[in-house]
Amino acid sequence: MTTTVAPRPHAGYKSAARGRFAQAANLRTGEKFLSPGRIVAIVALVVMAFAWLLPFLWAVVTSFKSETSAAATPVSWFPKDGFNVDAYTNVLREGNIPLWTWNSLLTATAITLLTLVVSSLAAYALARIDFRGRRWLFWLIIASIIVPPPVLIVPLFYEMLTLNLVDTYWAIILPQLVAPAMVFVLMKFFQQVPIELEDAARIDGAGRLRVFWSIVLPLSRPILAAVGIFVFIAAWNNFLWPFIITSDASLMTLPVGLQTVKSAYGLQYAQTMASAVLAALPLIVVFLFFQRQIIRGFSTTGFGGQ
Amino acid sequence: MSSAALDIGAGARAARAAAADQPRIRTQRSRDTRIGWLFVAPFVVVFAMFLVWPLVHGFYLSFTGESITGAGGDFLGFANYIEALKDPIMWRSMLNTAWFTVLSTIPLVIVALVMALLVFQGLPGQWLWRLSFFMPFLMASTVAAQFWIWMYNPQLGLVNYLLGAVGIEGQAWLQDPTWAMLAVVVETLWWTVGFNFLLYLTALQNIPEQQYEASALDGAGRWRQVRSITIPQLGPTTVLIVILQILASLKVFDQIYVMTNGGPGGVTRPVVQYIFESGFTGYRFGYASSIAYIFFAVIVIVSLVQVRFTMRRSES
Repeated sequence: MTTTVAPRPHAGYKSAARGRFAQAANLRTGEKFLSPGRIVAIVALVVMAFAWLLPFLWAVVTSFKSETSAAATPVSWFPKDGFNVDAYTNVLREGNIPLWTWNSLLTATAITLLTLVVSSLAAYALARIDFRGRRWLFWLIIASIIVPPPVLIVPLFYEMLTLNLVDTYWAIILPQLVAPAMVFVLMKFFQQVPIELEDAARIDGAGRLRVFWSIVLPLSRPILAAVGIFVFIAAWNNFLWPFIITSDASLMTLPVGLQTVKSAYGLQYAQTMASAVLAALPLIVVFLFFQRQIIRGFSTTGFGGQ
Repeated sequence: MSSAALDIGAGARAARAAAADQPRIRTQRSRDTRIGWLFVAPFVVVFAMFLVWPLVHGFYLSFTGESITGAGGDFLGFANYIEALKDPIMWRSMLNTAWFTVLSTIPLVIVALVMALLVFQGLPGQWLWRLSFFMPFLMASTVAAQFWIWMYNPQLGLVNYLLGAVGIEGQAWLQDPTWAMLAVVVETLWWTVGFNFLLYLTALQNIPEQQYEASALDGAGRWRQVRSITIPQLGPTTVLIVILQILASLKVFDQIYVMTNGGPGGVTRPVVQYIFESGFTGYRFGYASSIAYIFFAVIVIVSLVQVRFTMRRSES
């Protein structure tokens, strides 16, 4: 408890952040291993983390109860009749959760891929090609970042009526391809790619598309991943637009379908929670596997590249 | 005339070089123009069709009596705007939105900072801390809202159960006009704080280690370092987080729609929900558009104020 380790000024702080407890405790000040202040900080962290996990844990516990014990008072963590998976089998057998998961996967993947293609082409031209009208197009795209999506819902719905696209995948996908902030993020990255590489290739006779495809894109994998992750998660979780444009239950995405489950299951709490847990699960699993990439992605795109 | 005079003034050699180069520069520029527009064409098409056009068309609709049936599309002038400005529900939803923004922004910044500072201590199990705080942000709004409807359940919910354990009387949080907005704010804090937490954590990792080393040699303690190095260094990050958070909070809709449907008695209905209701339950496209544009104007004004504020701040 009272061991004092000499300060190690050259130990990397980032390695400390990865969890070298003893080092971190003494790294900067040489303070005691467990000072009172540090104990308070540790307790605070554990309590907060538990509080943040609690709603999810409670939903998981509920989803493994029978409907009777889920609705029984007093509230208990361990039901008398034990845990079972009935809620899940019911939801998966009778409900549309697998279908909605497929719809979410399909639309979010299409939105991500198409957005990456469309935005990176535009961003490259804005960064590197001196075409007439570039400046005002750039400012128009920047200005459009301010437009809040809710302002567009009525005219967009009207447009989809006119195009006869209401209740189609395309109606869900198309408006979500417009990501001016992502164009800006990509443009700032492309501007930093060493221009000498591109010039060399162009002197060798490569066209613009060829340079973009074989030189710029391979160098841009991290930023493409970052933008792709950001766009995918936003599309996967988007509620307002898909909710407005789909009334056919077989076309709904997960977040939209789940809103209808609430009324369908009514007082069947275990099944409602099982549906919500199933809907939350895919991204949580993905996050567990790709935590580092996702966190890096969000930190790059979070401020719109500033 | 004047350009010819300049050419002569610039000397014969320069003039000859310019005469030889200019056509080449011009064809290069026009080739760039053609290729440039080919590159931006796909984006410009979706941008024009699904952002610029609806934005313009919505503005037009706001001056008409357009409905979902296509009937009543007559030009009404400012009638929709006048009606909206006299509409108590519109004002109430604006105030609700403003109140939600104030109530949510403050904890969403402060709690995120506290979380980041605590995680940055470097305890073992970094992945677990990050997962705990960031996981809710990965859930769809309707998923997070379902969890909290269950948490807030008056008889069966964990919130009243835990409060009861420490002797505080529970409430029907989402059904009580006094508590509904606060309940929504708490859910929002849980759901979205992870994003701000992540931005703070990244900023913390970017503070140069040497600053801590130097201050440690000068005998600064841990708390002293937090106050004199960490917090000031996080200044620009904090400004950006506050700006983004205010704009995000003003657009609130999903969780309120799912959890309270704007109730009880309209005390939580945000302005986005009123746009949605006017357009898609009242089927008044024209009226909904006028409210949408009033909302848009508010967003633009808030953004301009923020830009001015940050510019003045960076000047001083």
